[in-house]
Amino acid sequence: MCVALPGKVIEVYEKDALVDFSGNRVRAIAGLVPIAVGDYVLVHAGCILQKLSVGEAQDMIKLFEELEEV
Amino acid sequence: MNQEKKITMAHGSGGRATNDLIKEVFAHEFTNPVLDAMEDAAVVPGSGRIAVTTDSFVVDPLEFPGGDIGRLAVCGTVNDLLMRGAQPKYLTCGFVLQEGLELGVLQRIVHSLAVTAREAGVTVVAGDTKVVEGNGGLIINTAGVGFVPDDVCICASNCQVGDAILVSGDLGDHHAAILSRRMNISNSIVSDCAPLGEMVQALLEKGIRVHCLRDITRGGLGTVLKELAETSQVTMAVEEELLPVNAQVRDFCGLMGLDPLYMGNEGKLIAFVAPEDAPLACEIISGCAYGTRAAVIGTVTDEMPGSAYVKTSIGGKRVLDILFGEGLPRIC
Amino acid sequence: MTDISQKITQMKTWLAAYDGPDISIMEVCGSHTAAISKYGISGLLSEKLHLISGPGCPVCVTPTGYIDRLIELSMEKNTTVVTFGDLIRVPGREKSLAEAKGEGASVEMVYSPFDLMRLAKERPHQRFVFAAVGFETTAPVYAMLLKQLVEADMTNVQLLTALKTMPPVIRWLCEHGDGIDGFLAPGHVAAVTGSDLFRPLAEQYYVPFGVAGFGAEELLLAVYGTFRAVEQYRESGIRPEVKNYYPAVVSPQGNQKARELVDRYFEPCDALWRGIGVIADSGRRLREPYAQFDAGSDLVMEDRKKNQACRCDQILMGKALPGDCPLFGGVCTPMNPQGACMVSEEGSCHQYLMYHRTR
Repeated sequence: MCVALPGKVIEVYEKDALVDFSGNRVRAIAGLVPIAVGDYVLVHAGCILQKLSVGEAQDMIKLFEELEEV
Repeated sequence: MNQEKKITMAHGSGGRATNDLIKEVFAHEFTNPVLDAMEDAAVVPGSGRIAVTTDSFVVDPLEFPGGDIGRLAVCGTVNDLLMRGAQPKYLTCGFVLQEGLELGVLQRIVHSLAVTAREAGVTVVAGDTKVVEGNGGLIINTAGVGFVPDDVCICASNCQVGDAILVSGDLGDHHAAILSRRMNISNSIVSDCAPLGEMVQALLEKGIRVHCLRDITRGGLGTVLKELAETSQVTMAVEEELLPVNAQVRDFCGLMGLDPLYMGNEGKLIAFVAPEDAPLACEIISGCAYGTRAAVIGTVTDEMPGSAYVKTSIGGKRVLDILFGEGLPRIC
Repeated sequence: MTDISQKITQMKTWLAAYDGPDISIMEVCGSHTAAISKYGISGLLSEKLHLISGPGCPVCVTPTGYIDRLIELSMEKNTTVVTFGDLIRVPGREKSLAEAKGEGASVEMVYSPFDLMRLAKERPHQRFVFAAVGFETTAPVYAMLLKQLVEADMTNVQLLTALKTMPPVIRWLCEHGDGIDGFLAPGHVAAVTGSDLFRPLAEQYYVPFGVAGFGAEELLLAVYGTFRAVEQYRESGIRPEVKNYYPAVVSPQGNQKARELVDRYFEPCDALWRGIGVIADSGRRLREPYAQFDAGSDLVMEDRKKNQACRCDQILMGKALPGDCPLFGGVCTPMNPQGACMVSEEGSCHQYLMYHRTR
């Protein structure tokens, strides 16, 4: 229902930031979550909604193994 | 000519202004003995199996990264001829100009059309211009004539079980380039708008057993596969992981909620060839200027006649149908 | 074989071989419905496992009266209606915005509501109305827009709101739905609300929630995990809970700041769901101090079935599959939709038709 994609913060401005999606550059509104250059963020309809936690990113194997332990 | 000058209804009057327009904008770009004679109809040499096609072109914006409506109007028609194995030879152009169209823009587009026609090896032998009310738009119709060698039989009903399925490069580039402009997303995606004569001629000259060719335009690869599956009464089985998609186009689609399988191209073809010829065919297309990213993407089977599917990265089966509607971006 | 592809094979084997009592999981989110079709996940399931598409496409659940109101506005003098792409072709009672545009109405399509700021600054005497549809994910975007409008003191932009929230409709489904054993929870809603939003529902109704992402592997994992959770509850009484399969994006708490901003401008209200009716407290409307930004959202209280035989209401509740509707694929197609689920690309009927899904 809500199309959103993770992208990488390239530049941070006063109210928005430049976010890169494999070469597509979008000026996305910032302010809902603290961000810095290099962060991966979730952008929905031109607005940065959340910062991705890279540590846990896509750790599918860990999640799968948790399931099997039950 | 002054860059700020615009088309007015007077340019369509058939009188002085029309003549000036033709002289200043069209005549010198298209100059050739047939056209320069300014007769009511062109009389040109040729005989044998004649391929004829026509198409009208409407695009917003008129000029886009990688091309413009002029280049598009040549490629669309020339590629349609090529898809039947014809050698494109002649082209006619009808221009419908909307009032308010900037003359400078028109000049650039006409120039681009002429350059592309030369690249594609076709001669513009007839033309027409009309002016209608509106706000600066432009519609072009082209018709093309080509000649098909006697031994060539390439058609939509000729996809055969066992055939290898090839595409000549990345999917969705044209549609993504146009939409990026319209949706205000900055990227370096350029339209793939191109004439495909070089690769088609090379395939035929090298003796590749080509059973069917189709250019991937509106509706994208998904639509083409489904249509051909129905016409040939076979199954198209392609693999997601083999589909060539440029990373930038893939993420653009991700942002817009679109699917590269249903995004149009203007300079890509799908080829069905005998399986033993597939590696050579892929090599030949890859060696052509507009085919560097060619790939074998699947095979024709007899599992479910009339249907097409993609085997997904997790081993699922995604059935393909023709595109409904026009592929609008969606956010939520 | 890599470690991941080994796990995928293990999951697929279980999903294909399952032979216990039937299990039905509802994917509430329309993007999940689309992704399930796209990755061919439904075809990997045994006959005993069912994925049901729910009411999580904002375009599909928007009542006909809302579209009619947008069309009215787009025909008004000096007024432009601005929308996201696919809303433009959703039919109201008589026509869609795209058709109205063909008749001279002023309608613009944008990627982001912030593109509207630029339009509105360029043309200060034109009134711009944004079609503000969406769930918890999109509400913060509108809140940010309002913040900017207030700061810039702009008065030529308004919203026609049809904002919806997830918990009330899921609660409604738990009480009125038919044999829904678990839910795939919308990942991008949870990015804002946090996965904890679903905890009270899981506890009260004894149904597992799998918060899912949108990639092939992560979605397969969430589908598998949620089916397993139902099985384990039935077999061993393991209490169903909320499990987060999208940890890179979703945390238990979500984005507190985004929610606070939404609460500053919007308050809960009853909302009308296309094909379902009014569900208490399931919407958001502008708070009184910001009423000047409202383009008359309260006037939208009509939802008329275009075709009485349409079964979208039952399909949205998971009580029927698209193929059960007599209109499906014949009278009702994406080119001539009779009901809500056929209009949007994410709608259940559209998806089932497009991908030839039967289950």
